[in-house]
Amino acid sequence: MRMPRSLILGSLLTMVFAGGALLSFIWTPYDIETLAIPQRLQTPTGAHWLGTDQLGRDIVSMIMMGARTSIAVALLAVGIGICLGVPLGLVAAARRGSMLDEVIMRGNDLIFAFPSLVIAILITAVFGAGATNAIIAIGIFNIPVFARVTRGAALSFWSRDFILAARVAGKSPARISVEHILPNIANLLIVQSTIQFSLGILAVAALSYIGLGAQPPTASWGRMLADAQTLASIAPHVALVPGLAIVFTVLGLNLMGDGLRDLLDPRIRVART
Amino acid sequence: MKLLTTMMLAGSAAMLATGALAQNTHIDVAMQLEPPNLDPTGGAAQAIDSVVYSNIFEGLTRFMSDGSVVPGLAERWDISDDGLVYTFHLRSGVTFHDGTSMDAEDVKFSLDRARAEDSTNAQKGLFANITDVTVIDPLTVQVTLSVPTGSFLFNMAWGDAVIVAPESIGTAATNPVGTGAFVFQDWVQGDHISIARNPGYWGTPAVLESVTFRFISDPTAAYAALMAEDVDVFAGYPAPENVPQFEADPRFQVLIGNTEGETILAMNNGAEPFNNRLVRKAVAHAIDRQAIIDGAMYGMGTPIGTHFAPHNPDYIDLTGLSNYDPELSRQLLAEAGYPDGFDTVMTLPPPSYARRGGEIIAAQLREVGINAEIQNQEWAQWLEVTFGGHDYGLTIVSHTEPMDIGIYANPGYYFQYDNPDFQKLMATLNQTTEPAARSDLLKQAQTIIAEDYVNGYLFELAIPTIARAGIEGLWLNQPTAAIDMTAVSWP
Repeated sequence: MRMPRSLILGSLLTMVFAGGALLSFIWTPYDIETLAIPQRLQTPTGAHWLGTDQLGRDIVSMIMMGARTSIAVALLAVGIGICLGVPLGLVAAARRGSMLDEVIMRGNDLIFAFPSLVIAILITAVFGAGATNAIIAIGIFNIPVFARVTRGAALSFWSRDFILAARVAGKSPARISVEHILPNIANLLIVQSTIQFSLGILAVAALSYIGLGAQPPTASWGRMLADAQTLASIAPHVALVPGLAIVFTVLGLNLMGDGLRDLLDPRIRVART
Repeated sequence: MKLLTTMMLAGSAAMLATGALAQNTHIDVAMQLEPPNLDPTGGAAQAIDSVVYSNIFEGLTRFMSDGSVVPGLAERWDISDDGLVYTFHLRSGVTFHDGTSMDAEDVKFSLDRARAEDSTNAQKGLFANITDVTVIDPLTVQVTLSVPTGSFLFNMAWGDAVIVAPESIGTAATNPVGTGAFVFQDWVQGDHISIARNPGYWGTPAVLESVTFRFISDPTAAYAALMAEDVDVFAGYPAPENVPQFEADPRFQVLIGNTEGETILAMNNGAEPFNNRLVRKAVAHAIDRQAIIDGAMYGMGTPIGTHFAPHNPDYIDLTGLSNYDPELSRQLLAEAGYPDGFDTVMTLPPPSYARRGGEIIAAQLREVGINAEIQNQEWAQWLEVTFGGHDYGLTIVSHTEPMDIGIYANPGYYFQYDNPDFQKLMATLNQTTEPAARSDLLKQAQTIIAEDYVNGYLFELAIPTIARAGIEGLWLNQPTAAIDMTAVSWP
């Protein structure tokens, strides 16, 4: 069967930035913690492929380090969502209609009811700006997303014959959830993860942009954008590069999510064959 | 007469041609911070003085843009031979904006109110030496001091020492009533404050009919507002990187003036490890001032080596005591018992000199092994935690009060410098009126704090004012926070 084109393009884009982030652990063209103010605001040259920023730091290196921050924060935030949201959704589906189901799902509705970014700003403003608090703030809003998706998908399986068979065989609802339901809804969760991941990257950028994300000297795309704002008319590349990095990463992840859904969703798969 | 009419016609034709009829009599001034209230005698915020100083409120004496002190509401004064009694002769015919007359009773009320036990004046020190204020006649008032105070006339020029009336002071926070050339009109919070020409002004009336102060805190918005000509003047323009563009644009003029703002890397002298002089010296030598001035301020600012304004005649250049020498800095750290450096916290208030300068200084300190974790704080938070609570290691702030070296004699001040010798020197200075002796004492004071490395002395803040080409009469320098519009006019 054919790989969806969006998956290939999306994966390529994602791999460029993920690769840059991984590479930054062992090598960056320049050390971004050393400032070279006399060399600031250079346009792209052979020595600095994307030029230098307002403090003379190499923009390629900044983007690589920024990719690391963005990906790490978004990944951990999605991780929080999966680790807490998926079990909650499975429990709610296993005990569908019970009081527990109501409590879990109405709790989720409660979190959903808040504008996520505003609460993330509140959390980081109260507990202090920094990467850890940004992860928690973004992660909290991933929980209800995964809980809902999990519950909805799991419910459709609970009425299926093979689950009935498992119940007759005496398996507990917990075992059924883990051994039979979870593998069947995994592809849905993977697709949802890529979407949440791209939203996470945007949220990190937004928090950093207003100064509530990772603090200097840690590089972050959002702060690069904010710092470059007033330079837009003097050195547009300083603002354009982190902006494009955000755009292409999010685009890549969304394309990848689309492609994965095409590839993994059984209904679409059936329709195509 | 015919010539005059022709000129007027030509003038109105030109006005119509530019499509801005109100332009010749109105100016929109933008500033970064909005004042929290409008009573300069009851608040410390610089933004209050920016709006009301000289425009709405006046004192016995006043500052000019070059820093000189000239007669204000007091026409002239006599000083007794022992330097203890000042007899002020007030101008006659001065009225407050509400129509009540300004006389000696108002002066007595203002000074007594400022120095009272329960006074909320932010600069009570200005009035500390006053023992008595006596009304001789409606236009004469006598002020008696406890000790000769060389800086008394200078003190009376501050925005905190303006003359207010007992009838109107109660509502001054929202409806300031003074004697100035402009009358307060309205204040739409978060947006603007309007003032209009005072027709009954005692002195030279203002040229402009009205002025609107707008508050634009975001540097990008500030740039856009000026470029779109939404505002005519931006006092204290917050993005120095754009200044060359305005300089190159014939629509604008750029005034880069001195301020009294000593920008310092303050160190918490009261806590480990900055209670150790060697550590403070190490920090001072780890800082590359020029890199900070270039990187954070795009070259605007004069390096300083002590807490004193370089344009003051008594300034001595002590930058050599703390030249950039990371190698020496590492040695000093090792000597102080920190061969591997240490961790500390650097709190940063919102102004760009602090946020941008902080990032550069943190990088410079990392070079010698000091790891300063940056914590951005809003002003209220900074005032509470850093300034009031002394809970910090390093911080960056600009001290914009004029002649404020006396703060080093106050051990309770936020950097907690406690040196009895310095305190004694300041006490002597306050009682000295002879200019040569004062100058000598001030130089000694500068040297003591520089040699003690109390703080890292970075640069004297420069203030860029950007205005539409042709506007005249704006202050170049900022001897005190003020946007004095009384002499400003369109060409």
